[in-house]
Amino acid sequence: MNAIEFILAGMLAAATPFLLAALGELVAERAGVLNLGVEGLMALGAALAFIVVYHGGGHLLAFVVGGLGAALLALIFAFVTLGLQANQVAAGLAIGIFGQGLSALFGKTYESLTVKGLPKLALPGLADLPVVGGLFVQDIVVWLSLLATLLIWAGFAFSKAGLVLRAVGENPKAAHSIGYPVMLIRLAAVLFGGVMAGFAGAYASTVYTPLWADGMIAGRGWIAIALVVFGTWLTGRIFLGACLFGAVSLAGLAAQAGGVELPSQLLASLPYLVTILVLGIISSNRRLLKLNGVASLGEPYKP
Amino acid sequence: MSMRLALPHLVRRERASLAVTLLAPLVALSGATLVNLLLYVAIGKQPGAVFHAMLLEPFLSWASFSEVLLKLGPLLLIAQGLAIGFRAKVFNIGAEGQFILGAIFASAIPVWYPQATGGWIWPSMLLAGAMGGALWAAITAFWRVRLNANEILVSLMLSLVAAQVLNYLLLGPWKDPNGFNFPQSVMFQYDAMLPLLFEGTRVNVSLLIAFLLSGLAFVFMQRSFPGYRLEVGGLAPRAAAYAGFSEARAIWLSLLIGGFAAGLAGAAEVAGPLGQLQRSISTGYGYSAIIVAYLGGLHPLGIVLSALVMAALSIGGDNAMVSADLPIAAVRVFQGSLLIAYLIAMAFVRYRLEWPSASTRSRA
Repeated sequence: MNAIEFILAGMLAAATPFLLAALGELVAERAGVLNLGVEGLMALGAALAFIVVYHGGGHLLAFVVGGLGAALLALIFAFVTLGLQANQVAAGLAIGIFGQGLSALFGKTYESLTVKGLPKLALPGLADLPVVGGLFVQDIVVWLSLLATLLIWAGFAFSKAGLVLRAVGENPKAAHSIGYPVMLIRLAAVLFGGVMAGFAGAYASTVYTPLWADGMIAGRGWIAIALVVFGTWLTGRIFLGACLFGAVSLAGLAAQAGGVELPSQLLASLPYLVTILVLGIISSNRRLLKLNGVASLGEPYKP
Repeated sequence: MSMRLALPHLVRRERASLAVTLLAPLVALSGATLVNLLLYVAIGKQPGAVFHAMLLEPFLSWASFSEVLLKLGPLLLIAQGLAIGFRAKVFNIGAEGQFILGAIFASAIPVWYPQATGGWIWPSMLLAGAMGGALWAAITAFWRVRLNANEILVSLMLSLVAAQVLNYLLLGPWKDPNGFNFPQSVMFQYDAMLPLLFEGTRVNVSLLIAFLLSGLAFVFMQRSFPGYRLEVGGLAPRAAAYAGFSEARAIWLSLLIGGFAAGLAGAAEVAGPLGQLQRSISTGYGYSAIIVAYLGGLHPLGIVLSALVMAALSIGGDNAMVSADLPIAAVRVFQGSLLIAYLIAMAFVRYRLEWPSASTRSRA
């Protein structure tokens, strides 16, 4: 297998933790809520899911538990920021630290243990194609994540619910005055973001690299938040961004396997460096950010 | 919408009373303590033993209180720097990385000149560290001012990069050749160590510097015009722009101050209790300091108290790990929940609860 085939085959799986978390954050931000606690939500989801799989509960239950656990944490965030109008930045950081701490606490006795991941399902016909064939051999979660991407894209593009969500994020006062329950919609969006971050963590710890280690999320939650900016709050672009990061995280391995002599620390920093670089490039186009950005993002709203 | 839940709603107070403002952090601390003790019960630990080890023991002997003072230094330094930025609404959350770069820059002197002697060494190390932290923060400032990039994300990513830079140095060029392959530098020479403040403890002059800079922060933020400009920029960006206060300047100033202070703290850590550059320098001071800054109400005096509380918690956590078998992660959980509790408490400083009475409900 050459480097390109290797990257194509593994890209989607590597992208999935980024993608799931970023989609959740996208929905929350579209409703006007900036949740910076994604890293902690993912860590908690990852720890809980790992524990469930380790004790034989199976992957389905693991994702449910991981998603619900993260959603519970997101509920605290929602209570503080929506219910009590606290600063969203501070609350997000608090939730993040809290979640990472909880994950370490729960995962303490499972450090460095491994579980069995999920089998890969091949799309008949397409999987046999040369070079790109690997793209079509993925586990069920990857397939479902692609479906979720499509649904969220369609939801924003065609459904009334998507329109209402955006209205709440653009101008909560106007949305309120024509009768939409701004708080409830924001609460739902934040909880959705929590569930998705929990799934993202669960995928990371039980499927993609099926092991538990404290700190294993390693900044992926933060990159997911950055991805929403890269994607200028558009589902399709966020998907492409997630694929880019999936590829970047594999490019390091491919380079090493190909005999390229690079310090492993440089390879480990690659996703962070790419994030900084792309963030600079995209953000310097102020018009682009203004055009698609969310007007009331991060601002507390009081009916 | 006709349906309305009979939930209480928040009404902004005309003015927040000083007593309530001062009480809020204490209420938050008590609340968080209670919740965490319940959590310890849930994971099968003795809450009484944990409470004693974590919250009382740090104050019961001079030996353990001196360790609290040792932790207080870096937390105080970093949090004072961060709070200045936070008040200007410049969210530098990459103090961890700036701290690491400070430690690296300071270590360069003893690593490159291990034989050097003289009283100039430790002061130059502190200076080099502060410069290193400021330089690292300058990247974020440049990205924010010139490229409009979000400083939260950039500064955090740079922290993750900084940890890798540290790893690279300790596993590669700066590894002590006689260090049994441990990822650490050579032990620094005597003159590269900060003078001790109290004999028989590990507390060094950096604590004095931290208090000195806290005083400076107080003068700067509460009494000076440049500090006022920063504050206005944070509270009312439009008014600040109208008054001609430059936003770019505020961002540069906030990040450079934050980076300078964090870098200084990093330098003091390697030139103080550690005496060498090692991986464990980065134990989350940069993140804890964010909590310290908020818990202190972003006020230089409040931060002195909150830094003391967080330093005690951290030493207490170590105690509880030994005596009550508490996982060290419990400290992080406590810290996170403390900030959440504080944000909840502060909501009731700014607002009061009003239950919907029959009359308001019928109006709705």
